[in-house]
Amino acid sequence: MQGIRNFIKTFLLWELLQGLWVTLKSMFQTKITLNYPEEKTPQSSRFRGLHALRRYPNGEERCIACKLCEAVCPALAITIESDVSSDGTRRTTRYDIDLFKCIYCGFCEEACPVDAIVETRLHEYHMEKRGENIMSKDKLLGIGERYEAMIAADRAADARYR
Amino acid sequence: MWDWTPIRDWLSGYITPYWTFPVLTLVQALMVMISIILVMAVYTLAERKVIGWMQLRRGPNRVNLLWIPSLGQPIADVVKLMFKEILIPADANGFLFRVAPFLALVPALGIWAVIPLRPEHAFANIDAGLLYVLALTSMGVYGIILAGWATNSKYAFLGAMRSAAQIVAYEIAMGFAMVGVLMASGSLNLGDIIHAQRGFFGWNWTWLFPLFIVYFISGVAETNRAPFDVAEGESEIVAGFHIDYSGMAFALFFIAEYVNMILISTLTSIFFFGGWLSPFDGLLASDAWLAQPSFFWLAPKVFFFMFSFLWLRATFPRYRYDQIMRLGWKALIPVTLIWLLVEGVMVYGHVGPWKGHV
Repeated sequence: MQGIRNFIKTFLLWELLQGLWVTLKSMFQTKITLNYPEEKTPQSSRFRGLHALRRYPNGEERCIACKLCEAVCPALAITIESDVSSDGTRRTTRYDIDLFKCIYCGFCEEACPVDAIVETRLHEYHMEKRGENIMSKDKLLGIGERYEAMIAADRAADARYR
Repeated sequence: MWDWTPIRDWLSGYITPYWTFPVLTLVQALMVMISIILVMAVYTLAERKVIGWMQLRRGPNRVNLLWIPSLGQPIADVVKLMFKEILIPADANGFLFRVAPFLALVPALGIWAVIPLRPEHAFANIDAGLLYVLALTSMGVYGIILAGWATNSKYAFLGAMRSAAQIVAYEIAMGFAMVGVLMASGSLNLGDIIHAQRGFFGWNWTWLFPLFIVYFISGVAETNRAPFDVAEGESEIVAGFHIDYSGMAFALFFIAEYVNMILISTLTSIFFFGGWLSPFDGLLASDAWLAQPSFFWLAPKVFFFMFSFLWLRATFPRYRYDQIMRLGWKALIPVTLIWLLVEGVMVYGHVGPWKGHV
């Protein structure tokens, strides 16, 4: 009996019609795709994007070349060389992040005792030439200067959860 | 859609009357051909939009034309394809490789000669129109087989073989469905087939409903569309028969496929849904405006079936090859044969709408 019913159901394309009804319904539903460049999804203040090196408000570099970030980096993306600077403090002479190696885990930010290396919300960047994937100290400091307001606001918003 | 007599008279002043007929027919044929290609271009866009909507996406919406979002997309696609190089593989049979796209496209466009797009008009109002349609729809497979063979690639050849077996299998079911239409109307002329259908519920789809379903499914299989697109089968054999075609050579196959889809939609509306007959025919007074037969009754029917092609593609996963063969030989052909028998008894006993003839 069940067999006959199944045969009739198959013959009348019952399940196919059900499938067609599903697609027809979804055709008139609200679309979930965003028109990306014009519309964007909301972003968390904890978003981990492009890196930046920060300065103190008086202009002094925060980084003290402790190399904790280099040690914690699971992808070995960070390369640091340090020396004694002109004012007698320990400073980096080289601070490179290879963006191709970086997995954006945020460990460097967690490890940093002086909140020097941070990951910003920037994620819309690209490289056009070989070598542009290496973020040098100058570039990182530049990003930090340019987006200091956003970086500081994000840290402040997240501070109470730390 | 208008009277050509003044143009014919005007033309007679310049060339002999002997040449006016071919010249005017050529102009009309070009008009229909260009319209079909334009419909096909918008159809490719409609496909991407409709399938996008059914998958809760938006579909293409970047290239705007005349303030209509994405209307420029087909034009952008064509421009891109025109600037691409047509590569011919070193091992390919050059002549057949070049000829195959035309063999696919020409039959697809040629069938439109006998299609009555508006009441009492077809370019070639021949009595064996149904046979012509049957012959030319089968011709399209030559382009596919030759493309697959001439490419000299295993994937292309597999695609061609699949396509050949599939089309042979479904051609039979399709032919039987057409025989049912022939029995119902008593004529091979497409115009007479339409005239034999009377009133919305007297159209062939009520009495020949199984044949209508079989015809449309075979039509989907004939045109190598999802869910029967094993000849292309991107996931298994890359792109099947047109794997090594690029640029406009590929575009010709593309056009042929979409023109064939429009054609199957048109034939389904003509055979089973009364072509250019009005659905209010017989319900309203015969001189009522809505009851008049017109091209504008044919177009919505065709558009509905064109939409159904996209709808099927968005809904169903691709059939496995043996499932396609089983459906064709073990399901569709028996159904048509049994319904032909039923129909024969009905015609013989003067049941249903066929009281008049036989």
